[in-house]
Amino acid sequence: MSQHYPVLLVIVPLLSAFFISAAGWLNRRLCFPIAVAALSVAVFSSVGLLLRVLNENVVLYKLGGWSPPWGIVYSVDYLNGLVLVVVSVVALLNLVATQRSVEQEFSEKIGAFYTLYILFVTGLLGIVVTGDAFNLYVLLEIASLTGYGLIAMGEARAPLATLNYLYMGTIGASFYLLGIGYLYIVTGSLNMADISAILPSLYHSRTVLAAFIICMVGVWLKMAFFPLHAWLPNAYTYAPSAASSLIAPLMTKVMIYVMIRLMLTVFTPEFVFGTLTLSNSVVWLAVIAIVMGAVLALAQRNLKKMLAYIIVAEVGYMVGGAWLGNRAGMTGAILHIANDALMTLCVFLVVGNIVYKIKGYAFDDLKGLFRKMPFTMGAFVVGALSIIGVPPTCGFFSKWYLILGSIQAGHYGFMAALLFSSLVNVILFFRVIEIGYYEPVQDHEGHEAHAERVAEAPLSMLVPLLIVAAGLVVVGLYTGDIVEHVIEFAIPKGIV
Amino acid sequence: MSDLIPFIVAKYNYWIYITLMMIGLYAMIAKNNLVKKIVGMNIFQTAIILFYVSIGAKKGATIPIIEHAHGDAARGSVSHAIEIAHYINPLPHVLMLTAIVVSVATLGVALALAIRVYNRHKTLEEDEIIDQIKGI
Repeated sequence: MSQHYPVLLVIVPLLSAFFISAAGWLNRRLCFPIAVAALSVAVFSSVGLLLRVLNENVVLYKLGGWSPPWGIVYSVDYLNGLVLVVVSVVALLNLVATQRSVEQEFSEKIGAFYTLYILFVTGLLGIVVTGDAFNLYVLLEIASLTGYGLIAMGEARAPLATLNYLYMGTIGASFYLLGIGYLYIVTGSLNMADISAILPSLYHSRTVLAAFIICMVGVWLKMAFFPLHAWLPNAYTYAPSAASSLIAPLMTKVMIYVMIRLMLTVFTPEFVFGTLTLSNSVVWLAVIAIVMGAVLALAQRNLKKMLAYIIVAEVGYMVGGAWLGNRAGMTGAILHIANDALMTLCVFLVVGNIVYKIKGYAFDDLKGLFRKMPFTMGAFVVGALSIIGVPPTCGFFSKWYLILGSIQAGHYGFMAALLFSSLVNVILFFRVIEIGYYEPVQDHEGHEAHAERVAEAPLSMLVPLLIVAAGLVVVGLYTGDIVEHVIEFAIPKGIV
Repeated sequence: MSDLIPFIVAKYNYWIYITLMMIGLYAMIAKNNLVKKIVGMNIFQTAIILFYVSIGAKKGATIPIIEHAHGDAARGSVSHAIEIAHYINPLPHVLMLTAIVVSVATLGVALALAIRVYNRHKTLEEDEIIDQIKGI
């Protein structure tokens, strides 16, 4: 059983998506339990895989018994073992937390929604688990196409926002495919480990350089790295709340994983940081991404769009950290994949609860919310503190590693950008908290409404949210263990 | 100038794919109509498919099936050595079967979204839609 974890991770959700689709026609109440069961298997296998990786370093699974480089392998090491756990746990928690909101938003289309949901998670898990560069492209498109479907199910402006996302996303995926094509021309292989074994003698070839840059641009488009971010804010804002709290934490983070995988495994650090002299300029791009993300977030007048722009800034953190080219920066970037997934999940679940109760997420709708929804807003404060980077929440620790990395690399511009964005985050979140805490609720004539009663979201939405909020602190407290036992081994020895 | 023409002709497959890709990209950036943008996107994807197909091709080579291999072995005669240069590499073509499926699926999703946009705004021209959203 345990030797089949890597494939169960992908096969079980994939097949259950078809069952959910059938259940959507027969009996809609079955959709949710099947989805929960499928993702529980995924969580179980990913945790089991991480435990196996801690003992065996690398778990290889040869699909159909074909050995690499001819067959497709699923290979799990410390890096993707961690990301797999994050993806499956975030997807399961969000699934449980948004059950009521999905029922409210799509009474008729529950079957379609859960089918897309599970297929999306299948795609993401497949991207993370696979050891084959072309396989990654196919799974990337599975995740993207289902992601377009999920976002387009949202409010009235969603289809247009999704169409813009689709144009940009397709160009991104096509660029990745083109880059893999160039790599295939020079190496004749698609297996990641095999490519990286063949490449060293070709590091000075211009084809390899072109392949690397084209792949990177494709991945940056998909993760909304600043100049290429235009699709993200609208798509995430107009998506249905259950979909945005799934896609916002996971899609960009998985693409960061793909970038780090390309940098560390396919093209080795010797090539990325030694042969190329790009790293300084990419870190400066990340600085611009962080500053622009923070400034654009300041300009927003509604909560969901503000959070979407914060994601743009967070992507800058991770890209910059990975490109600093030292151990502390890379540790910060990998740790931030996990932390940012959790804290984005936390704040987007809060938005989901607010939308469920008051049908709006503009700043004006938030007045008096602390009295009306104390637990939801309590979780929001924890998520906000984590995004700002206050200890002992987990956001502090990854930011600490990133700043440490920027000092070691002597890149003070990146450090300044991180501190600037933390300060802007303080303003952003305290403005929201101020509106929610101090501004009185007004009724339609503009008079102050009388004593607001507590009207919390239902328990099934509240309990997972509080678990996530507590998780932010717990992950923060166990950061030392995560870094020491997992991330330390995920970074190759070449990076000092 | 005399160097340029052989340079282009020698690698004509790359020039064709890059030209097609740029036509597609131009349509996606410059066209105002949503469906024209979708068509541009499809040209863009097709260019990459053609790129893969062209790198798998080889002059004077045949399909990678070894004729009578099993029959000769049964008769006991040793078949002559297999020259790799005589056969094309089928892998890029096989990969493109998947990529074609992906591009058809993307096209389908995009057109479905365009229908949703049209039903709401009664137009597919991007500037008119933006005017409607801004409330002009």
